[in-house]
Amino acid sequence: MTLTLTSASVHSAEVDALLAGLLLMSLAVLALVFGLIWTYAIRYRAGNTEDRGAIGQKSWRIEIGWTVATLVVFFALFVWGADLYVRLYTAPGNALKIYVVGKQWMWKVEHEGGQREINALHVPVGRPVQLIMTSEDVIHDFSIPAFRIKHDVLPGRYEQLWFNAQTPGSYHLFCTQFCGTDHAAMIGEVVAMQQADYARWLTQNGGSDTLVAAGRDLFTRYGCSGCHQAGPTGGGGTVRAPSLNGLYGSPVPLADGTTVFADDKYIRDSILLPADQIVASYAPVMPSFSGQIGEDDLIKLIAFIKSLAAEGPS
Amino acid sequence: MSVTVDTPRVSYLTEENTIGSWLLTTDHKRIALLYFASITGFFFLGGIAAALMRINLLTPTGAIVSHEMYNRLFTMHGVVMVWFFLVPAIPVTLGNFIVPLMLGARDLAFPKLNLVSWYLFMTGGLFATYSLFAGGLDTGWTFYTPLSTDYTKGHVVAVAIGIFISGFSSIATGVNFIVSIHRLRAPGMGWYRMPLMLWSLYATSVIYVLATPVLAMTLILLGFETVFHVGIFDQRLGGDPLLFQHLFWFYSHPAVYIMILPGFGVMSEVLTTFSQKGIFGYKFIAWSSVAIAVISFFVWGHHMFVAGTSVYSAITFSLLSFMVSVPSAIKVFNWLGTLHKGYIKFDAPMLYALGFLGLFTIGGLTGLFVAALGADVHLTQTYFVVAHFHYIMVGGMVSAFFAGLHYWWPKITGRLYPEMWARAAAFLIFFGFNLTFFPQFILGYLGMPRRYAAYPPEFQVLNVLSSAGSTILAVAYLMPVFYLGYSLRHGARSPSNPWHATGLEWKTQSPPRTENFPIIPIVTEPPYNYPRPEDRTRAA
Ligand code: HEC
Ligand SMILES: [Cu+2]
Ligand SMILES: [Cu+2]
Repeated sequence: MTLTLTSASVHSAEVDALLAGLLLMSLAVLALVFGLIWTYAIRYRAGNTEDRGAIGQKSWRIEIGWTVATLVVFFALFVWGADLYVRLYTAPGNALKIYVVGKQWMWKVEHEGGQREINALHVPVGRPVQLIMTSEDVIHDFSIPAFRIKHDVLPGRYEQLWFNAQTPGSYHLFCTQFCGTDHAAMIGEVVAMQQADYARWLTQNGGSDTLVAAGRDLFTRYGCSGCHQAGPTGGGGTVRAPSLNGLYGSPVPLADGTTVFADDKYIRDSILLPADQIVASYAPVMPSFSGQIGEDDLIKLIAFIKSLAAEGPS
Repeated sequence: MSVTVDTPRVSYLTEENTIGSWLLTTDHKRIALLYFASITGFFFLGGIAAALMRINLLTPTGAIVSHEMYNRLFTMHGVVMVWFFLVPAIPVTLGNFIVPLMLGARDLAFPKLNLVSWYLFMTGGLFATYSLFAGGLDTGWTFYTPLSTDYTKGHVVAVAIGIFISGFSSIATGVNFIVSIHRLRAPGMGWYRMPLMLWSLYATSVIYVLATPVLAMTLILLGFETVFHVGIFDQRLGGDPLLFQHLFWFYSHPAVYIMILPGFGVMSEVLTTFSQKGIFGYKFIAWSSVAIAVISFFVWGHHMFVAGTSVYSAITFSLLSFMVSVPSAIKVFNWLGTLHKGYIKFDAPMLYALGFLGLFTIGGLTGLFVAALGADVHLTQTYFVVAHFHYIMVGGMVSAFFAGLHYWWPKITGRLYPEMWARAAAFLIFFGFNLTFFPQFILGYLGMPRRYAAYPPEFQVLNVLSSAGSTILAVAYLMPVFYLGYSLRHGARSPSNPWHATGLEWKTQSPPRTENFPIIPIVTEPPYNYPRPEDRTRAA
């Protein structure tokens, strides 16, 4: 019977420390409660004639005392937990990005270089890894107990999660949000490897195309290039459409007067629900690609549009 | 101290005994018994589903049923236990029976509404159970979208309608209690002379009345989207799946307190009676119930710390969740203060109550683990959470239910239950419960997700332990059925006040007559007016 869980990421020891703190506090309270019940049960049992003396009158002093003590302890625990939580979910800027798509009942993973895997995730140790996750159907949850991290994976959104693996090894990957019949089979493994091994793994499993290159192909295949300029080419058709160069990460003024920040979610929505957010001074003529482009292709298209950030606005 | 046993010839039980006189009764005591029969049925239905799950989890690949069947089992277990046992349990049975008696009234304010509430409950309950059996729902009791709207074959809408209908019975009971407590208190019974059971049922009723409509709205929206495909929760239609979770937990977190607050009330009654001592910190216990009812509406977001809400929302809800546990802690301390310098007797109700105290404390403390954000990320959606809420719901609430049931049994039936059997069952429940659920805390820490029909082999030992515990628990839960049933015919006649308790319910005969009191009593003393130790010593 194993009663310990490997602690394999930078933050897992911190989570364990918080858990230990909570456990100690609980044991102290339990000792107090059970101890008092036990003591009183013996000392004040009905048959015991021991003199009980008088009951103190000013009970509110005691009330205030234990209320304040409880508040102070709880507040300390709250701060401890909240601080850790913020760090658990704030990915550093230089993190290696890996894309995850959940669907009933498997995990599909795509690396920047185009390497793909199913129900497995290979990552290097000693380097922050950020997962960008979405779902093709219902809500799932990507959970790696050894790293003490999890996050729900929602359809129509890009949720993120990050970790910095420390110990090479193979760890459980669970879906922890109930997602239908084979929820319990939506499991896999996370393999953390030395950086050199990871580099070797990437070349051995070399994708035919990087995500960006695959996205460039799709951009033409889906007819986007007929309207949009992307890189040096595209656009120039009969329809006036915004150039996508330099779009990613910049503010976009919308027709309704508001301004949005062009992130993954915005680009995704622009492709699937173009009518919802119209770019200022353009006609709402872009067709909706909802139901035509799968999550995998979306990831590639977005990766391509992201790569155009460097092109600079034209 | 000898007691004369007055064997009442006439009582609410003997009055008239045709089927019609029971099914059309407006007597709160008889309606309580109707409810008793119903929720006992639902409890064992939910229990059978749980037993099958525990058997299945004996082996890593699932010992007896398919994944699909397992998913249906835990859905049925959750739906039945939450809506048709835990939410109504204490208020509609013990509460229904005892509220007018504690108030010194002849019935609740709206006796006919009370009867209607039972019919609503039964209609909803049978409808939902039938749909569960006929359609095999597999969404879990939480109905998360879009799984429940787009990706399940089960009868979501039918089950939702069942829950919707029975929700009205909750509202009816809530309104009835609130009005009764306001209007029907016996002369001389000010608010601070009410037994604490009434304070906690009052707080419960407020939640019934305010939270249940939100559940009703959510279920209507769910049905609407499923049937008419309007975008509310479905992101493809422009909806938001997280909206469902917000609405659902806006009801379901307060519902947790619907389940446990009445148990708090039972505790205050039983602990004082079996310590033969006044309650410690009456006002603090009373107002902490109200505080819980209020704060419980502002903590729903703690179910969504990893669901994709913002960091600010997580931090706010974490702080509020710590705050909502303060009043519960205050109660526990005050109950311990009540034991202090008491004259403690260990009859079965007291054993159940002490069991409650221990199990509820564990449940509450582990609640802090999941309120603390950084720890929740690891523990949420694992067996840790399952163990945590079973310590509150089953360890706490069901123990309190049994404490109250044994405590008022002589009043309800006019008979004494077999004490030794009852004590044995209390011990067995405590032991079986811990053996079932304690291993689940460890499983959760190790990462075993909840709602898994199969699991990696390294979790087997703890799962087998848990299943073994559940066997003991099952036996222990069956015991009261037999010995309480036995006492109905063969138990010794009970005097009107077998425990030497204060409280108006003990001042009338056991079992009471239909009109409860021959003359409406007048209250001249504070509640729990037991002799103080210093006075006792002087007298001795
Ligand atoms: C018929 C021409 C047309 C086609 C084909 C088309 N778009 Fe568009 N697109 C537009 C127009 C016009 C706008 C600006 C109005 C709006 O916001 O809908 C736009 C807006 C956008 C935006 C937001 C740009 C900004 O500056 O904020 C993105 C991103 C985008 N399209 C991506 C794509 C992708 C990817 C494809 C291919 C799958 C595609 N578009 C196909 C016409 C088109
Ligand atoms: Cu799942
Ligand atoms: Cu909650």
